[in-house]
Amino acid sequence: MKEFLEGSRAVAEIIKLCKPGVISAYPITPQTHIVEELAQMVADGELNAQFVNVESEHSAASVVLGAVATGVRVFTATSSQGLFYMGEVLYNISGLRLPLVMTCANRAVSSPINIWNDQQDSVSLRDSGWIQLYAENIQEAVDLHLVGYRLSEDKSIMLPVMVCMDGFILTHGMETVDIPQQEEVDKFLPGYQPLYKLDPAQPLTMGLLADPDYYLETRFAIQETFKDVLKMIPKINEEFKNHFGRDYKDGLVEEYFTRDAEKVIVAMGSVCGTIKEVVDAQRAKGKKVGLLKIISYRPFPYTRVYDVLKDVPRVAVLDKAVSPGAYAPLAIEVKATFFGKKKSPKVVSSFVAGLGGRDITLESVKEIFGKLTQKEVSSEFIDLKPELLKEEYGQ
Amino acid sequence: MDNNPLFKSGHTACAGCGQAIAARLVIEAAGSNTIVVNNTGCLEVFSTTYPESAWNVPWIHSLFENAAAVASGVEAALIYLGKKDTTNVIAQGGDGGTADIGLQALSGMLERFHDILYVCYDNEAYMNTGVQRSGLTPFDANTTTSPIGSRSTGNIRPKKPMPEIANAHGIPYVATASAGFPQDVQRKVKKAISIKGPKYIQIHVPCPLGWRHETELTYQIARLAVETGLYPLIEYENGRLAAARKIQPKPVEEYLKAQGRFKHLLNNPEQIKQIQEIADNNIQKYNLRAVSPETN
Amino acid sequence: MFGPLVIKPSKSKGDKTGSWRVKLKPKFLQKNCIACKMCVLICPEGCIQGKEKNTYINNEDYCKGCGLCAQVCPKADIVMIEEGAEGEKK
Repeated sequence: MKEFLEGSRAVAEIIKLCKPGVISAYPITPQTHIVEELAQMVADGELNAQFVNVESEHSAASVVLGAVATGVRVFTATSSQGLFYMGEVLYNISGLRLPLVMTCANRAVSSPINIWNDQQDSVSLRDSGWIQLYAENIQEAVDLHLVGYRLSEDKSIMLPVMVCMDGFILTHGMETVDIPQQEEVDKFLPGYQPLYKLDPAQPLTMGLLADPDYYLETRFAIQETFKDVLKMIPKINEEFKNHFGRDYKDGLVEEYFTRDAEKVIVAMGSVCGTIKEVVDAQRAKGKKVGLLKIISYRPFPYTRVYDVLKDVPRVAVLDKAVSPGAYAPLAIEVKATFFGKKKSPKVVSSFVAGLGGRDITLESVKEIFGKLTQKEVSSEFIDLKPELLKEEYGQ
Repeated sequence: MDNNPLFKSGHTACAGCGQAIAARLVIEAAGSNTIVVNNTGCLEVFSTTYPESAWNVPWIHSLFENAAAVASGVEAALIYLGKKDTTNVIAQGGDGGTADIGLQALSGMLERFHDILYVCYDNEAYMNTGVQRSGLTPFDANTTTSPIGSRSTGNIRPKKPMPEIANAHGIPYVATASAGFPQDVQRKVKKAISIKGPKYIQIHVPCPLGWRHETELTYQIARLAVETGLYPLIEYENGRLAAARKIQPKPVEEYLKAQGRFKHLLNNPEQIKQIQEIADNNIQKYNLRAVSPETN
Repeated sequence: MFGPLVIKPSKSKGDKTGSWRVKLKPKFLQKNCIACKMCVLICPEGCIQGKEKNTYINNEDYCKGCGLCAQVCPKADIVMIEEGAEGEKK
């Protein structure tokens, strides 16, 4: 059913339809509306779940870990500092192979403190063993949560999923969204069937100590499973299309006018909407430009990226995160895609924009296309204000 | 204690380990309809090194500081499944994992009033990582991060009053226990399990390695701690002090001289006096002095 | 794909920690035992079993020889002897 909803509300609606048994979260802007909506649903009897108000994000992640280990579907959400605070628990959850869907309302990280959007938080946790899916708009955010549970709970996968949606832009923005009906959701997403769980009828020891003779294989298994995830995401998206009508193709990337493009920007998240507008305007003037949107950041779809970009002469990667002292995170993945391969773009330039919520405008995107010349640039910051910088600190 | 024990032999605790004694007593008292959530520490390491496990009940270990939070999730899931009334949940850990790094999660669990028994195995230091000082390390104890030296007589602070901190949360039951009184441990665990809501039991467990005493003295030393008044055995019910084990107080020196970690005090009457004051304060505060010869 | 993940207690036999004993092991005299079960309660390994009086015995596969059982027995019916020796050693 189509409704005009705030992004957070839309996410709460789909979570309600997924019927989690335990929800636990700690408030942090800009995730707050999601959990407030869910709390209201529980209070009104619309959602039968145990809502646990914890004293920190570390405990929020721990509560959902304990609950899913007991065999119940769960949900949590966080951002930025909260994501880092629960950082060690995230590795714990993926190491224990527990399925879980968590919303990360992408926000900049302190210091300095900044509550506005960029992707430093989730990108910094890319090694945590979580599947990371990035939403361009609110509809996608809704759909990715539903796909997330289905993917996460697959018995061959059993890995947690982080659905990343840009804070404020998507969480507090409003769109017309199609929220599915309960019956359709139930057909697409069956009840959670744990591989193993805490149950006095069948005692098990979970969270064991693995010495050097046993640890390596656990990490190998997760690495191999991510290859299965790359195959599973397209399958699930095919099923999704059949149930709900929306076609995300392989669900790993979205190609937007890349087929004959001479210049393509690669990006993740809501900025892709802005880039599409610029692509439309420039195509109308006859310029051959395009966008490659990355939906699945982990696992990174190297094969798809190679297929799309191998014949594109110039590629710009737009990062909303940094890796100080090295190439920007998304740029590294794109560059690594082509190493040792037969074909590759002549230029892969890397741009950083939008940190701390600095608006990426249509002009900013045009500037990127303009700066995508034969000369490769590395980590060029867009819309930088030089007057705020000084060489020396003093007086 | 039978053919299908809930905490099996074959774990790799040190010989004479007080925590091994207590952990077994606790789970045997709680019974097989129990889910255990364990913090990182000696108990977790010596009982669950792959591929062996000593636990014949559902058991999970997550991290060092979050047993209380993970247990909160287990309890919430059981309520959702309609199984909480027939399943006990125990969250447990050492003194460091409870009073220091785990204090936040514990406080949250107590405040939210989850139906969980939290057990703290108090061997008075971070034993698993090599005998470092914790918030429950007693005054003047020699540990690797509060070592004795020309300018130090050991740990400079007394024990953090964890039972009182737990009690201040307004929970129905708080108790201290000791490996030197094994039936009392089981009585208190059974009593706690029968009460709905959050419960806190702190069990004093000697560590032959960290406290430096012979393995066969674990029982006696635990009893001496109680009999000197340094480790009062008390119960709080609904906020009020409901019971305390009466003693004929022995001088603290008897307890201190039995352990290598206090050996340096034996020529230091000034320090012994301070420790005796701690014991005397306990005796007064909890009214521990027996009026007639101690009865069992 | 999954690596080592959980331990099923039914499959776990534990380490044979009886091999840890160095000098001493307990001898259960089974003469004056009153079945008070203090030895059963205090054993850190939980390897002492018994039912009626004078039936209590340790499991040598797991006994680490800590000596606590001998210390707590109120009837001195458990003594520590040298490994492989016939006689008693207090």
